[in-house]
Amino acid sequence: MRVNFTVNGRPQEADDVWEGESLLYVLRERLGLPGSKNACEQGECGSCTVRLDGVPVCSCLVAAGQAQGRDIVTVEGLADFAKQRSCGTGACGGTSLDEAKRWQAEGTDSQTGEGTELAPIQQAFIDAGAVQCGFCTPGLLVAADEMLERNPNPTDADIREALSGNLCRCTGYEKIMDAVRLAAARQSEGV
Amino acid sequence: MDFLRPASWEEALAAKAEHPTAVPIAGGTDVMVEINFDHRRPDYLMDLNRIGDLSEWEAGEDTVRLGASVPYTKIMENLRTELPGLALASHTVASPQIRNRGGVGGNLGTASPAGDAHPALLAAGAEVEVESVRGARRIPIDEFYTGVKRNALAPDELIRAVHIKKADGPQQFSKVGTRNAMVIAVCAFGLALHPETRTVRTGIGSAAPTPVRAKAAEEFLNAALEEGGFWDNGKIITPSVAKQFADLCSAACNPIDDVRGTASYRRHAVGVLARRTLTWTWESYRGTRRASEGAA
Repeated sequence: MRVNFTVNGRPQEADDVWEGESLLYVLRERLGLPGSKNACEQGECGSCTVRLDGVPVCSCLVAAGQAQGRDIVTVEGLADFAKQRSCGTGACGGTSLDEAKRWQAEGTDSQTGEGTELAPIQQAFIDAGAVQCGFCTPGLLVAADEMLERNPNPTDADIREALSGNLCRCTGYEKIMDAVRLAAARQSEGV
Repeated sequence: MDFLRPASWEEALAAKAEHPTAVPIAGGTDVMVEINFDHRRPDYLMDLNRIGDLSEWEAGEDTVRLGASVPYTKIMENLRTELPGLALASHTVASPQIRNRGGVGGNLGTASPAGDAHPALLAAGAEVEVESVRGARRIPIDEFYTGVKRNALAPDELIRAVHIKKADGPQQFSKVGTRNAMVIAVCAFGLALHPETRTVRTGIGSAAPTPVRAKAAEEFLNAALEEGGFWDNGKIITPSVAKQFADLCSAACNPIDDVRGTASYRRHAVGVLARRTLTWTWESYRGTRRASEGAA
């Protein structure tokens, strides 16, 4: 079957999709967006977390056909998504002519985010050393970013709760907690 | 495999009548796991997400009509007052990602003895609204679970909503597992006090082939509370009453040994949960009594 939906702000079409296929498989294998990771395939690990109409979900548990007509944000589009969100609140101002001269159409593939500014949560993960093997990172970034959007002033308990569906087998989570606190602090400073 | 996308409830019923083997999928948190692991290859997958009515709820005079696909997150956020037991149970479901998708309709459809919603539904009192092209009916929750992962649905029927009694007193839910998140219950227990009828109701999860009520324990406690005048005098429940209640709840279990725990552990733990939830709910009842007396 064919599935039409929006991924990271762009209309996408996937063909020859098997009816039992997951959204995760379509993203990774048909659209070339391998950022969302495939690990447990049963919703236990959160590595495949994406936003479905704004809501964080495990993309391995969404049937491809259920994504028809819906709006998906993956980790590849997170920087853009975060930027638009902060611009929506009037934090950005207009584009200068100099900036416009460097403007380029954005790609839709796995390189989408390359060369552009990172989302604040991504930068915070780097700065806090919250990335080791990196496999759980995309899911954690999407989940943490959504929490900070909803709850700009999270307690440690809030952070743990929001990330309770994301498993990391390397870090012991402490650096991840640091990263989310850092992103929250920077967000509240308006940096 | 065919993917059916009914745009309305009527279309869904027609599709289910035409293809009784069609597997309905809403949150996908059970169905997709089975498909991903090749445990199930249904001929038809029927997406219910397009039927908006299923994601809505309505609080009436005595009951809440909860659409089958209302995700657990919405129950936690919006129905804590009306359905405190179910809201607590919803909070223990897996993780935020899963709670954003899964709902009570799926829990009922799967009818796993370990489903987190069941003890809360049994304790509160509920009816499952099911429908086929032949007509609609309401199945009392006590008659809904018929075996391990079996329910009272006919092949052409779909679950549309659950009608749950609004809380008229304190309710609690407790669950045993190795951590707070992502846990399939080793065992679970729901308790609801119903001061209006001066009764208590229970629900036991993951400790019998189906979710069950501990009816002997309920009858014992109803009688003990009545005899001691507890509903009126608001005294602390005597330890011997609590112990007897707990023992009867344990006795209502019919568990098995499995990877999550042994039968004897489950029986023991259900007793502990019963005693604790009784204490929590009764203390809360006493508190609201005192508060209302103070106001008067």
